[in-house]
Amino acid sequence: MTGVQGQMGSRKDAWLISGTMLVVFLVAWHLFTLRAAFDPGVLTEDQLQTMEFNGDIIRTADGGYAWNPEKEKVKGVPGPLAVLEKATIELGEAFVKKGTNDHGIAYLVVYTVSRFAAGFLAASVVAIMLGVLLGLNRVLFRAVNPYIQILKPISPLAWMPLLLYTVKDPKWTAVLVVFMASLWPTLATTAFGVSSLRKDYLHVAAILQLSWFKRLYKVILPGAAPTIVNGLRISFGSALVAVVPAEMLLGELGVGYLSWIEWNNLDISGVIFAILVVGAVGVILDSGFNKLAGLVMYQE
Amino acid sequence: MSFLEIDHVTKYFSSPSGTGQVCVFKDVTIKIDKGEFVTTVGHSGCGKTTLLNIIAGLETMTEGAIILGGKEVVGPGLDRMVVFQTFSLMPWMTVFQNVRLAVRAAYPDWDREKIAAHVRKYIELVGLNGAEDKRPTALSGGMKQRVGLARAFSIEPKVLLLDEPFAQIDALTRGVIQEELVQMWSKTRNTVFMVTHDVDEAILLSDRIMLMTNGPAARIAEIVDVTIPRPRSRDSIIEHPHYYKIRNHVIHFLVRHASHGDTAEEDRSRTDAAHPLVVRF
Repeated sequence: MTGVQGQMGSRKDAWLISGTMLVVFLVAWHLFTLRAAFDPGVLTEDQLQTMEFNGDIIRTADGGYAWNPEKEKVKGVPGPLAVLEKATIELGEAFVKKGTNDHGIAYLVVYTVSRFAAGFLAASVVAIMLGVLLGLNRVLFRAVNPYIQILKPISPLAWMPLLLYTVKDPKWTAVLVVFMASLWPTLATTAFGVSSLRKDYLHVAAILQLSWFKRLYKVILPGAAPTIVNGLRISFGSALVAVVPAEMLLGELGVGYLSWIEWNNLDISGVIFAILVVGAVGVILDSGFNKLAGLVMYQE
Repeated sequence: MSFLEIDHVTKYFSSPSGTGQVCVFKDVTIKIDKGEFVTTVGHSGCGKTTLLNIIAGLETMTEGAIILGGKEVVGPGLDRMVVFQTFSLMPWMTVFQNVRLAVRAAYPDWDREKIAAHVRKYIELVGLNGAEDKRPTALSGGMKQRVGLARAFSIEPKVLLLDEPFAQIDALTRGVIQEELVQMWSKTRNTVFMVTHDVDEAILLSDRIMLMTNGPAARIAEIVDVTIPRPRSRDSIIEHPHYYKIRNHVIHFLVRHASHGDTAEEDRSRTDAAHPLVVRF
């Protein structure tokens, strides 16, 4: 009883600490980025007019001067309120297509997720099939392993120029970068998982004279599933890391692209908003992955 | 004609250094009748599990042959089902699914209901009704091996191969399951080849006990007839006058002679690997 209450209590505490951290962070952010109101002080009328002419300050209704809010947007790091304002505008226009390169945030998320899903799923299928093949054949595994070890540490982005040159289409290049990012971890761990599957299971399958296909999907794949899922998890993270710079470099519409285009617009609030969106997309994809992983895990 | 013949089976492993070959056992020969329960007893490392795996077709022999029902058997098959020391249940399947996997494989032309009924019958036979939908992780060692037995009996193999089936089960449960196995076996009268190093288990269950010398180059030194009438139970067999004679003889062999490869002194001249001494009380 106390254990349950203790657990509930500690969860509550954790929430409380999380909330406090967020508030402290936001307040600190706000204070650090706050700029004092414009004070004409010792400046002469001539100097003030030059500043107004340059657009640094504007004349207010009561005859004084204030910082030009338009120019403020690209000066220093924006505060949380500026980001919130930007986020409200962007989310309000989430489903609006303003032009060929200016799609609402919802579209951008969909583009990134589908690009990610296509590359990741294709790589997973290929990696699992190859991994099973290598895992079942020790000689082949030994023969291929050196190449996997060489190819595995190459950053997926390093492939990009070659892929772009070969397929001549940035859309498919972005998908292929994700593919390259998710291929190796799954391949290596699947081969390991299958080769270290307990011989007993294969013995049972052999005695029961299961067909090749049944052996694969009744015994080998479920038996190696926990290891395969671990490989997929590593691939998943690596693909998520690769998709953002791929979009930036290739100029493909997506959340990674959003971050870059806002930088080109010198809209730092937009950049921060884009970073937050990338984080949110990651969380959504990750929780979806964990749900799927839970279905195939088992305990020895 | 005997039902299962193990004919001059010899096994060599390549030695770990890779330089030569190590003889595990040589010229193991025994003829087992239909419905007979034969047990091999020996110290660890004498190759008794290897012998069982060879009969199952899971390992290859260097020389010799396994003949079942007049035909030489090569490779594993549904006619020789193993009950494994480590249970070997698929941990991602429930109890029901584990047994069904075997039943489906053995009777591919049965429909769903017939298979399900057959699976339930054998789960009930080992007393596991109610645990059908549990996964092996949720079961105790004894219950896991009951599933192993249900799976093995359910496909009605010509030969049951029991590989130290109760070695990983606590002593109290072991006794109960041994008795259950006696009852299951007396209903089905399968031909059984068992490997164990539990002498009491061997006497309770077997018709004949093969005594194996220590490896390398192990051989069958003696075959002991268990001349205790059936039905047997754990508490009644110890009353039988032959029980302690057999038990003492087997333990004496394991302690004194197994390492030398000797049979009792006066009989040594009469035996060779393929013709072990038959001991009968």
